[in-house]
Amino acid sequence: MDLGAISPTLLIASLMVAATPILLAALGEMMVEKAGVLNLGVEGMMIMGAVAGFIAAVEGGSPWLGFFTAAMAGAGMALLFGFLTQVLLSNQVATGLALTLFGLGLSALLGQGYVGIKAESLGRVDLGWLSDLPFFGRVVFGHDPIVYLSLVLVAAVWAFLRFSRAGLILRAVGESHDAAHALGYNVLRVRMMAIAFGGACAGLGGAYLSLVRVPQWTEGMTAGAGWIALAIVVFASWRAGRVLIGAYLFGGITVLQLNLQTAGARIPVELLSAAPYLVTILVLVLISSRAGRGGDAPADLGKPFHASA
Amino acid sequence: MKRRTILAGAIALGLATPAFAEDPLKVGFVYVGPIGDGGWTFQHDQGRLAVEEAFGDKVETIYQESVPEGADAERVITQMALQGADIIFTTSFGYMDATNAVAAKFPDVKFEHATGFKREHPNVSTYDARFYEGRAVIGHIAGNMTETNKIGYIASFPIPEVIQGINSAYLHAAKVNPDVEMVVSWVYTWFDPAKEADAARAMIDQGVDVIMQHTDSTAPQAAAAEANENGGRVFTFGQASDMSAFAPVPRVASIIDDWSPYYIKRVGELMDGTYEQTASWGGMPEGEVVIGEITDAVPAEVKAEALAMVEAITAGEYHPFTGPINKQDGTAWLADGEVADDGALATMDFYVEGISGDIPN
Repeated sequence: MDLGAISPTLLIASLMVAATPILLAALGEMMVEKAGVLNLGVEGMMIMGAVAGFIAAVEGGSPWLGFFTAAMAGAGMALLFGFLTQVLLSNQVATGLALTLFGLGLSALLGQGYVGIKAESLGRVDLGWLSDLPFFGRVVFGHDPIVYLSLVLVAAVWAFLRFSRAGLILRAVGESHDAAHALGYNVLRVRMMAIAFGGACAGLGGAYLSLVRVPQWTEGMTAGAGWIALAIVVFASWRAGRVLIGAYLFGGITVLQLNLQTAGARIPVELLSAAPYLVTILVLVLISSRAGRGGDAPADLGKPFHASA
Repeated sequence: MKRRTILAGAIALGLATPAFAEDPLKVGFVYVGPIGDGGWTFQHDQGRLAVEEAFGDKVETIYQESVPEGADAERVITQMALQGADIIFTTSFGYMDATNAVAAKFPDVKFEHATGFKREHPNVSTYDARFYEGRAVIGHIAGNMTETNKIGYIASFPIPEVIQGINSAYLHAAKVNPDVEMVVSWVYTWFDPAKEADAARAMIDQGVDVIMQHTDSTAPQAAAAEANENGGRVFTFGQASDMSAFAPVPRVASIIDDWSPYYIKRVGELMDGTYEQTASWGGMPEGEVVIGEITDAVPAEVKAEALAMVEAITAGEYHPFTGPINKQDGTAWLADGEVADDGALATMDFYVEGISGDIPN
C-alpha cells in the first residue's frame, strides 16, 4: 500500500469537480421542494442539460453558450413538468418519473451525431499569484468558474430562503398553499418559478458532466446522478448548507475510494464502493437528528393545488 | 365494397397460411447499456445489424436497451418471448439467472446468454469471446509504453471474464517489463461515464501512465486526452469498440468485440434446422476478437511484435496462458509449457503471481 501516492491537493480538487453536478441538481431540487412541489424528473432534466449543453458548446464553440443552453433546456423540461402538474393537475410522482424517461429518450435522440466528439471545455480560472500558492492555489483558487458559481448559488439560495421576502413567500407556499393563497399570493406563479429554477440548476449540473467532468457526450451518462441529488435533498433536511455537505461528502468519498483502491489500500473493495452512500446518509441523518426536530419536509410537499379549492 | 373484399381476402389468406410457414424469424436482443455507449452494447448492436443484412426479409430483429441486471431483466426477456421472439440474445453477464428462469417458461424459444456459464435448460446456450487474447496483445504494448511502470486497469465486476483480462494483460506486460505494477480499480458498474472518468483521473493523479478499461464508455479515454492536453503522457486502449475518435493518442490500440460471425451463424442454424445447444467460446481465430489499428504512437518494433502475437494466436500456435505461471500466493498453477484448459479459465478467481491486492468476492 502506498498512501503517499495520494496527493491531498489533487484529491480535494477532484472531489469538488465530482461533487458539483449533484450539488447543482440537489440545490435546484431543494428550492422546488421548498415551494411544495416534488419533481422526480431531476435525472431527465440533468441529461437534457448534458446533451443540450454539449451540442451548443460544439456548434457554438463556447462552453459558456453550452452552459446557458443547458440551463434553458433544463428549465424548459421543468416548465413542461410544471404545466402538467400545476395547471393540468397531473400526479407529480408519475409526471416526474415520466419526465426522467422522456429526458433519457429525447437526449439519446438529440445526441445521435455527437457521440465520440470533443467540445471546448472550461479552463480553470487563473487568479495570478493566488493560483500559484502551494495547496491553496489548487484547492481554493484553481477551479473552473462553474465550481465557484455552484458555491455562490448555495450561499444565494440560503440567503434567499432565510432573509428575503420572496424567499419567505416561497416557503409559505410550500408549507401551506391554502394560507398563502388566502393571503393573496399567486401560488401557481411562485411554484412555476421555483420549478424553472430547479430545472435550470439540474441542466447546469448535467452540462457540467458532459462539458467538464467527463467531458464528452455519451447516452445515459448521468447514470443515476439525479436520483442521488434527490436523496441528498431529503437527507439534508431541505437546507442549503447541508445539501453542500451532502454533495461534497458523496463526491468526496467516491473520489477517495477510487484513490484508495489505486493506492492499494487493504480495505475490502465492497466496503469502499458502498462507502459514499453509507457515509453520506449516516452523516446527514446524524446532523439532522442532533438538531432535535423531525419533520423538516415542507408540509404541502407534493400536494396538488388549485385556486378554486 | 372494395374494402370488404380485401378484408375477406386477408382473412382467407390468414386462415390458409399454416402457422409454421414464411413468418420472418424474430430475433431479440437485450442490451445492458445504451447503443450509443460507443463500446460493448454498440458492438452487440452492430452484430444485430449484421444479422439483418445477412438475412434480409427472413429475419425481424427487436431489441431493448439499458436493461438493468436483476429483476427488470427477467421482465424484459419474458416480454420479448411473449412478443414472439424465436431466439433471444441476452448480452450481459448479469442476465444469467434471469435468462435461465425465463427459458424454463418458454421451452420453444432459444436463449443465448453472453459471457455466462449456466445452461440449466436445453434451450439455453452460452457464448463468450476470448477477450484475454486481446488483453495479451495490449498488455504487451502497455508494458513497452509505460515509463512510470504503473499500468491501470479499470475493472467492472470481479467475474472470471474480467479476472482473465487482468491476468493476461499483466503476464504479457511483465514479460517485457518485469518492474511493471498492475493498479486495479473496481468500479462496480459496466457503464457510468462519470465514475469511469473519476477512476481514470485517480490513476493519472497517482502516476499511472497506461490505462486499460473493462467498462463500456469512452470516458476514461476522454480523461486521458484531457491529461495529455495538460502536459501528461497517458495511453489508453479502446475497449469492446474501436474508440478511434481518441486515436492516435491517447488510444494507441483497441480490442474490438465482433459478434457478427456468431450471431449470423446461430440465426442461420436456427433457420436451417441445425441449431443445437452450445457453449461457444470464440476468439481471434473465429474473428470474434479483433485488435484495432495500432497507432504510430507505438514504436514500430513493438507494433510488429504485437501483430506477430495476433498472428500466432489466430493460427492457434500461441495461448496467452502458457506456463510456467504461478498463482498470486506463489503456488504453481501451470507447469512449463502447459496450457490452461477452458474449464480453469471460465472459473478463474485468482490473480497470477506479481499482482498485488485482493479480488473482492
